[in-house]
Order: sequence, then C-alpha cells, then structure tokens
Amino acid sequence: MIKAILIFNNHGKPRLIRFYQYFAEDMQQQIIRETFHLVSKRDDNVCNFLEGGSLIGGSDYKLIYRHYATLYFVFCVDSSESELGILDLIQLICFFLCVCVFVETLDKCFENVCELDLIFHMDKVHYILQEVVMGGMVLETNMNEIVAQVELQNRMEKSEGGLSAAPARAVSAVKNMNLPEIPRNINIGDINIKVPSLSPF
Amino acid sequence: MALKIVKGSIDRMFDKNLQDLVRGIRNHKEDEAKYISTCIDEIKQELKQDNIAVKANAVCKLTYLQMLGYDVSWAAFNIVEVMSSSKFTYKRIGYLAASQCFHEGTDVIMLTTNQIRKDLSSPHQYDTGVALTGLSCFVTPDLARDLANDIMTLMSHTKPYIRKKAVLIMYKVFLKYPESLRPAFPRLKEKLEDPDPGVQSAAVNVICELARRNPKNYLSLAPLFFKLMTSSTNNWVLIKIIKLFGALTPLEPRLGKKLIEPLTNLIHSTSAMSLLYECVNTVIAVLISLSSGMPNHSASIQLCVQKLRILIEDSDQNLKYLGLLAMSKILKTHPKSVQSHKDLILQCLDDKDESIRLRALDLLYGMVSKKNLMEIVKKLMLHVDKAEGTTYRDELLTKIIDICSQSNYQYITNFEWYISILVELTRLEGTRHGHLIASQMLDVAIRVKAIRGFAVAQMATLLDNAHLLTGNTQRNGICEVLYAAAWICGEFSEHLEDPMQTLEAMLRPKVATLPGHIQAVYVQNAAKLFATVLRKHEGETDSHAAQETSQLLIDRLPLFVQSANLEVQERASCILQLVKYIQKLQQKKVEVAEEVTALFAGELNPVAPKAQKKVPVPEGLDLDAWINKPPSESESEDEKPKAVFAKEEPKHSRSRHTEVDEKELARRREARKREQANNPFYIKASPSSQKVYDAPGVEHIPVVQIDLSVPLKVPGMPMSDQYLKLEEERRQKEKAERKKEKKKKREKRGKERKADSGPESEEDIAPAHQVDIVTEEMPEVSSCYFGVIKPTVHWFPVQKSSKHKKKKQKKEKEEKEKKKKKRHHHHHHHSNAGGEDSVQNGTVEEEEPLPPMSNYFLLAENSYIKMVYDIQGNHQDESKVVVSVIFENKSDSFLKSMEFNVLDSLNSKLQRPEGAGAHDSLTVPFQLPPGISNEAHFVFSVQSIVMPQKLKGTLTFIVKSDESSTHEKLDFKLHFTCTSYLITTPCYLYDAYAKLLESGDLKGSSLRLEGINMPFHHLLARICFHHHFSVVERIDSCASMYSRSIQGHHVCLLVKTTVSIDAKCDEPSLLGNVLDEIKQTFSKC
Repeated sequence: MIKAILIFNNHGKPRLIRFYQYFAEDMQQQIIRETFHLVSKRDDNVCNFLEGGSLIGGSDYKLIYRHYATLYFVFCVDSSESELGILDLIQLICFFLCVCVFVETLDKCFENVCELDLIFHMDKVHYILQEVVMGGMVLETNMNEIVAQVELQNRMEKSEGGLSAAPARAVSAVKNMNLPEIPRNINIGDINIKVPSLSPF
Repeated sequence: MALKIVKGSIDRMFDKNLQDLVRGIRNHKEDEAKYISTCIDEIKQELKQDNIAVKANAVCKLTYLQMLGYDVSWAAFNIVEVMSSSKFTYKRIGYLAASQCFHEGTDVIMLTTNQIRKDLSSPHQYDTGVALTGLSCFVTPDLARDLANDIMTLMSHTKPYIRKKAVLIMYKVFLKYPESLRPAFPRLKEKLEDPDPGVQSAAVNVICELARRNPKNYLSLAPLFFKLMTSSTNNWVLIKIIKLFGALTPLEPRLGKKLIEPLTNLIHSTSAMSLLYECVNTVIAVLISLSSGMPNHSASIQLCVQKLRILIEDSDQNLKYLGLLAMSKILKTHPKSVQSHKDLILQCLDDKDESIRLRALDLLYGMVSKKNLMEIVKKLMLHVDKAEGTTYRDELLTKIIDICSQSNYQYITNFEWYISILVELTRLEGTRHGHLIASQMLDVAIRVKAIRGFAVAQMATLLDNAHLLTGNTQRNGICEVLYAAAWICGEFSEHLEDPMQTLEAMLRPKVATLPGHIQAVYVQNAAKLFATVLRKHEGETDSHAAQETSQLLIDRLPLFVQSANLEVQERASCILQLVKYIQKLQQKKVEVAEEVTALFAGELNPVAPKAQKKVPVPEGLDLDAWINKPPSESESEDEKPKAVFAKEEPKHSRSRHTEVDEKELARRREARKREQANNPFYIKASPSSQKVYDAPGVEHIPVVQIDLSVPLKVPGMPMSDQYLKLEEERRQKEKAERKKEKKKKREKRGKERKADSGPESEEDIAPAHQVDIVTEEMPEVSSCYFGVIKPTVHWFPVQKSSKHKKKKQKKEKEEKEKKKKKRHHHHHHHSNAGGEDSVQNGTVEEEEPLPPMSNYFLLAENSYIKMVYDIQGNHQDESKVVVSVIFENKSDSFLKSMEFNVLDSLNSKLQRPEGAGAHDSLTVPFQLPPGISNEAHFVFSVQSIVMPQKLKGTLTFIVKSDESSTHEKLDFKLHFTCTSYLITTPCYLYDAYAKLLESGDLKGSSLRLEGINMPFHHLLARICFHHHFSVVERIDSCASMYSRSIQGHHVCLLVKTTVSIDAKCDEPSLLGNVLDEIKQTFSKC
C-alpha cells in the first residue's frame, strides 16, 4: 500500500499532497516538514530509500523519493511495495506530468520539470495521479491507457465549456511531439507510447 | 432569472480562479496569511451564490488552500453540492475536494450516499470513475455497507476502466465492512482471470493486500497464482505475486520447492531489475524456509549471490543498497557464500553514500572469521580515520567493537592486538562511545589474564597522556576511557614497570577537571598503587622512596578532599588519613606494606555467565514461596528474606555436588582442564580462583545436612563472602589436621606444662597486687605497633564485649557511669544492627527487636576524656589480641601528646616498638580537637588464655586551651575476659560438630541461669554477640552453639529454653570462666 504521495519543492513548500490515510491538516503539514527535513539532507548521488519514517506508519514503512530539479517526489510505502517498482512509478508519473501538463517544457527534458506548471495546475496533476494510484494501490501502469483516459476526461470537460480552458491544450500539443528517450529505469509495464489519435480542438 | 444568470457570469469574470489565487499568494510573500484570509472571505462569498460554476471554482481554490494546511471542513456542505452537479467538470472538482478533506468524522458524508449511488450507476463511465476514485479516499463503514452491492455489480461492468476501479475499491470496502468479503470473494477470484490486464492487476493487488493480513486463508489460491506467475507478462503483477509467495512459503514449504524453478527461470530471463530483485528476495525466503529440509540448493544460492553481486557492482546507488540488503538476508543462513564476496563488501565501505556504508558494515559483522578479523578491522580503522561526521564514525567504532567482541571474543586470536585497537580508538575526537571502549578494556583485562601485563603498560601510557584525551574536557565522552585505565593500572598494579610514575600521573591537578566518577576511581586506585609502591620498596634499607610516595599522596590528595563530588571527597579523605597514618609508621621504620596491601587483597576473577544456573535448587525448596508471611507494606524494605536466600543457596549447592559420584567428578574435572589447556581461546581463570574451587575440590567441600526448618547461617557474613568462607573453611581444615598431629605431642607434654603454667596464671589473676610495684618497675622491651586490624574482622557483627567488666567498674565509678550511658548511644546504634543480624541467623520466625547492645565498654573517663575499648582476637596469631580504644574528647580544649601505657603482667604484654623500653608508653597517633573521637589499636601478646585478667594502665595527655596547657593523667584497668579470647567461628558442619562432641576430648560443664525472662532468640543473640558464639543448629527448644579460642580451643554450648546451658570444651578452666562470664552477662539483665 502507498500511504502518501508528497510533492514539495527545494524549500519544503508543498506542491501536491495526497494522503491515503486520514490526517488532520496540521498533522499533514508536520509530516511534510519532517519528510522534507529527511530528504533534503541527502545528496543527489545517494540511494533513494529512507527507512523507518517515524511519522507515517512506523518501521514497516519506508520513504522512496526522487529529486528532479526543484521538486521532490516522495512516496511513503509499506513493505508490500517493491522499492524499485515505486521508483519507476515516480518516474512514470513525472513523465505523464510532462506529457499532459508541462507541455511547454517537454522538449527540454522531463528531468527539468518546471515547478511553476505544477503549481498552477495542481488540480490537473491530481486527476492524472488518480488514474495511476487509487486509494493507495497502483491502478494502472500502462502508459497508453493512462494518457488515453486523461485525454478523454479532459475532452469531456472541454465539451462542457470547462472551468478554465487552459490545460486542455496541453494534450493537443502531445500529438506532434517526439517523446524523449525513456530512461532505462522504466522497465515496468510495457511502455511504448503510441500517442493516441487526438481530436483537434 | 435570466438576468440573475447573466449577472452571475459577469461576476464570475472578476472572480479569481485557481491560477489567480496561486499567483496572488506568490505576489504576497510578506503577508501571505493575511492575503489568504481575504481570499477565504471571498471564497465564502462565492460559496453563497447559487451559480454552481462559481461554487466549483471556490471549491477548487479551497482544495489548494487545504494543501497549504488550511482547514476547509467548514465548506464540506458546499463540496457535497459541487459533487452533486450534473456537469462532469464540477463533479470532478467536488470529488477531488472531498477526497482531500473528508474523513470518517465528516458528518455531511451521510448525505452523499444517494448521490454516490446515482453517480455509480451513471451511464457516463467517467462520472462512475470519478465517484469510485473519490469514494476510495473517504469510504466509511456506513458508505461501505450501503454501497457494497452497487460496487460489486460494477465489478462486472462492461467497461474495463470501471471494472478495475471497482475491483480495487473492494479492498477498501472489505476493510470498512468485513461482512462484504464472503459474498464478493468469488467474483474477485474470477477477476484474477479477467481478459483485461488492468483488471487482472487490480484483482492481484487486492488479493495480495488481503493475503498480507492473513496469509493462511489464501494458501488455497496458490495454484492460481502459480499459473498467473508463469503466464503473466506484466511486471507489476509478477512483482506482486512473487512478493505474495514470499509471504506464503513460510506457511507451506512444499510451495517453496515448486517455486524455485520458475523463479530461477525468471531471474535468468528478466531484464527488469525490480522483478529480478523481488525474485531473488523470494528465492532467499524460500531457501530460509527450506534450510533444514532441502539437501542442496547451493546452485540457487550461488545464482542469488551472483545476481546480487551484479546489483552491488552497479553504479546505481539504489541497486547497490538493495543488493546489500538482500545479501544480509542470505548471510544469516548461508554465511559461506557471502564471505567469498568480502572484497566487494569492503569496497562498499568506500562508498560516498552513508546508508550504503552502514549496510556494508552490517554485512561485515557476519562475515568475520578468525582469519580475516584483523584484516577487516584494519580496513575499518582506516575508515575511522577518514570518516567525516561523528555519526558515521561512532557507528564505525561501535561496529568495530561489536565485530571484535561478538560471541565472547570468539574471533580474536591475539588480545594484545585488540587492546592496541582499543587504545587507538581512544584517539577519536568527540566520540560518544568512551564508555563502550572503557568497558571493553575492563572486560578484556579482567577476563584475559595473560594480557594484563600488556594492558597495564598501555593503560599507564594512556594515563600519562591523559591530557590528550581530555582536550575539550567534560563534553568529551572519551575521558570515560580513563576510568578503565585508572582501574586497570590500580587493580593489576603488580604488572606496572614504574608504579610511581603512574601514581604521579594519576594525581596531577588536571585530574580534578574530570567527571566525578572518574576522579573517584583515580583516588581509589592511587591508593592501590601506593600499596604496590610500598611493597616494592619494602625491605630496602633506604626507605626514602616509600616515604616520598606517602608524601606525594599527602601533598596531592587534599585537592580531592575538597572535591564537590561526594564520592571523590569521601574516598580522598579516607585515603588521606590512611596515608598520614602510614607515614607516621614509616617514620618509625615500621614495615607496613603487607597491611596496606591487604586492604586491596583478593583478585577479581571472571565468572561464567551461566554460573548461577549451575547452582541447583535444593529439593523441597520453593524459591517463590514465602518463608514468612508476606510482608506488609512497611516491611517491604526489609531485606531479610533476600539475605536468607543468598546465604543459603551456595551451601545447598555444595551439598548437592557431593551427590554426584566422586570418580565421575574427578573425571569431568580432568577433562575440563585438558580441554581448557588445549583451547587457546579459553579465558583462563586465575590460579587463585582455581584454588578456591579446585584445591579443596568439590569432594572436599564440607557437607551440611540441611534441615530446612532451621537454616544454618554464618552470623553476619555478607553475601560476597562466600568465596572467603570457602577459603576459610579450607584453611581451618588444614589447621585442624595439623592440630591433630600436634595434639598428640602436646598431650605428652601436657602434664609438665600444666605444672609450670599454674603459678603463672595465678599471678595473672591478681594484677592488683602488682600495681604499685610495677608502676615503678619498667617491663621488658618488646616489639610494638599500632596494629592495623584486618578488615575481615569487622565483617563479623558479633563482637566482643565484657559486661561483667563494666559492672566492676560500676562499683568504682558509679556516678560517672550515668553520664556515660547517654553518650554511648552511637555505639549502641551501631551494634544493634549487628545484634539483630545474629538473631536472624539463628532464628527465622521472630521479629521482635533486640535491645541495643554495644561491643565497646568503658575503660575510664574523666572530665576531659572518655575511653571505651573492645578486645578482638584473630585466628592468624594465637598469642595476640588487639585492643581497640576509642578516645573521646569531652572538653572544650585541644588534647594532645596522649601517651598510653599499661603495666605488663607475665602473661599479657603490650607490644611496644622495637627499641622502646619495656615500660615505655606508646604515643597515641593523633590529637583530639574538642568533641572529636578517634580510635587507636594496641596489640597485646598473651600466653595463657584460660584465665581472665586485668591490666592496670595510665593515659597521660596535655590539655591545651587558649590560655594554658596542663598535663593530665587518667588511670584505667583493661579487663581481658576469657570471652575476649574467643572468636566467632562459623561452624558449617553439623556432622563435624557432632563428631567433635562425641570424640570425648571435651570436658563437660553446665550452668543454669536464673530469672531470665527474655525471648529465647534474644538469649541466643546475646550469647552470640557478647560471647562470640555462633549458632550451629537450632531445634525448637534448644540450640547448639560453637566458638573457638584464638589458641584453637573448641567451646560448644547446648542452650535450652529452660535457660540451662550444657557446655563442653577441651580446656575446663577456660570453659568455667566463659560460663561465669555468661552468667554475669545475664545476671545484669
């Protein structure tokens, strides 16, 4: 089970939090602070596992994280999850974010995800995440499937006029784009993205 | 209406959306909280509007604020409103907000049931999907119960997108509403074989989670999973299944056997590291569960180790870390296969990643052997030097010590090496583990006898360079090492090359900056070193060096006497006084080394950790049963029951040992000795300890027939004296044997002697005759010293007294007596404890307190000074007794130049220093400030002890007040009762006692005490206390008691509750006098 997914920046400011177990708001903030304290001390060239997080779960739980540019992606998981699997998953999610949200930066490298994009589209990031992890369990790891579902839902929103029209154009950009080389660490699922045939807007 | 809508959309144009809010917060970095509170006010306004788009926008913003830590539960109802919107865009916002901030305590949740049900059955799959996703985060037991059926139906939905979400959410439903598991399970099992891989994966996910909670119930699914494992290509599913198998194999070993092959196939074929790693992990789990049953799986182990090596060699830190983690699991069951990769593990110690280094350290712990220990530790020592950051260095330090000391230093072949390692470790700066190093030093020095010489030399160097360790004083934990160093140097000081130098190092003024407990050890061990130095210089004609040492101590110790630490102060002042005293003796050229050394006699020896277990509990003894009634609260502090056990057990054990066949014992002992001799790693006990155990041998240890109702005890022996006791017994035994031989000779000479001794003793009895004459006539020269009493004597609480003497004095000084009694209190108090102790030894049941008893009796008193005294003998010297006199200054003036003199009789002589005249007086070795008392010891030599006698003496002193000083004189009479020649001698052997009585060597006599109405145990206690007897056995109405004179006469008493005493002794006149004295004691009660 995944207990929590935390995304915060190099200063510990939360950019997205998703707890799969209820904590009151102040407790959530404390967990974020402590987690930030733990991971920010670590060099980039050390391993990405931290054992025995005291706040969530206890000894059975570990923190698995990745650090991209200005953002930390932290998963708190129990022993039923494969460490390397979760690491791949983080990379996968990051990749979706690039595909579906951070259209502008996609041609750079997804290792340079722009924090600003994430801030302004928190709701969109949540919707993507919901297609990958549900209730603390991994729902889908098939890239095509995820991209397709996100796209379909966005299109539906679009057809309703949307709350704000901005993010929908993100996906439209994807179709003309060459996706970057998938790093060798992503060896989960069969990731061969065929960009779905997207309807023009 | 239409106008309202138009107005609403116009308003909307001015509303902030999420992006505006975020931008606004970023632009108000200084007053963020203030800005947000105005935003919240706006949001509250927006939520009041009817326009659902406005509300949805507001809720979306609230979701963002919730992430920043703001409580948005007040908007829960509005969230429900947005959730129930018919538009997907708003519904999605509402469900997202709900999933972020709803929980079981949110009361509006119960309003959502119907809305959620409606959404679940919506024709639009994304409405259903959004509802399922949201529900997965905030499902409550009520929702689970109400919606379980709807969700179960969705598990068979035509769209795989809905099916997989429905399957996954079932786990949450099971958790909240366990009753749903049974009806839903068959369908869930079906989904394991769903054509859609996503649904299949979800089903595997749910069942794996369920199985983790209760593996047994899911064993039956193993074949199905097995099939999935061999057919599936989805790595996520495979990983889940393989992990599940890892949890199931311990329950079903047969499963493990089947798994090995497909798992090894996967290991060979997969390119995914995550899958490879999980396969290896499960193979390890299988091998652990099979480790006993399966004969040969070295191939699988080899494969795992080989693959793990690839992981560890990878440049990816994560793989390296996990590889080491898995390696440590293999290490537990197959250490050999890991040991061959020692090089790799050692390489990891160089890794820049600390968590990897720590993992490698963990592995090293299990990899050491006798062969590679030194090499590994050497490598670690290099790392210690290089290590940055104290945490890692401390970790290294503890690991080095752990590695070396594991399983009783099993892998250490050279303890000199280990000591040097420990000494090297002390150079670490700022480590917290000083005490750890210290305890290792102590442990090794005590347990490895052969190393002591080396260790002492090293410790001496440490002490000498202590300033290097204590660089930053208190904060530095390393100074704990000095504790060990000082103790080792002191305790094993015989190995020191230059004890004087070490002593000097230990008394440097800088020492006073060390923590108190370390200073205390310094002071105590300085005394030990002092003893060693004295001993070393004893016998040299030039006593200069020894005196210099005393002077050094006298010069330096006052620094410690002033210490704020009580322990330091107490020890220092004791030792300072002792040294001053010794210095005086030195000046008189008295050889004191032996006595000083005796202060620290006895050697510490290792005791096997299981030693206590080897003491069998005697038959019929229930250690948990109360001997007395369970004590009430107030008695809970009473330590008596504890003392009873402590004293009893060892004796029982001895008695048990003898039940084993003697030959068998001898054989075992031989075997053990041989084994020990051949085993270089056996930490040998010191010879002295072997003396205690082996020299008398188990079969020689006297047997006590224990009657449990009457526990046999030694009066007042502290628990720790058991060894001493054994030793004593042995000595007695030897003595007794020697005596038997002597006895025969003596018997031959006996008659002649008696004739000779007759007139002598007659003279002794009447010293009064001689008083006048002898005051003028100086007695012969004889050697004298103020004897240092052996500490052991004090351990016997039953001490000498002679009440009858007091009585006589009473006649002479009736008036003074009254005052005196009041002042006696402190003595009374002291002796009371001892008295009760001896009662305890004799009897268990009584609890009545004993009246106070004193062992000191008044010698003489005037307005300036009071003297009380006590006479003690010991077995070591059959012709000497020590008279301890306490001088108390009652005046307001200073008393000095006290001179003590006694008119010797032919039988009893005060021992004077060599060269002094026979009538010279002895200087009391102290002065008395007002109100102070102090004790001096005088040694007397006695020849015959069968008669009591009195010696007349005088004390002269100078009273110095502000204006004047006057010479004063006080006469006294020292009464040597026959009792004072008796020594409390515990008699352990009832058999021996009985034999003694039967032997016929003893002459009998009896005594009847009239008008005694004290409890029987008080009576016994008094006899024990005042007359130095010990209870051998007590049965109901009578008790056997035993004592021995300093010249080895046995005195046996049978005391009956009718208050008659039957007595036997090999010397009738001694017995007669003792009985008289007993009678006098009780006539005064």
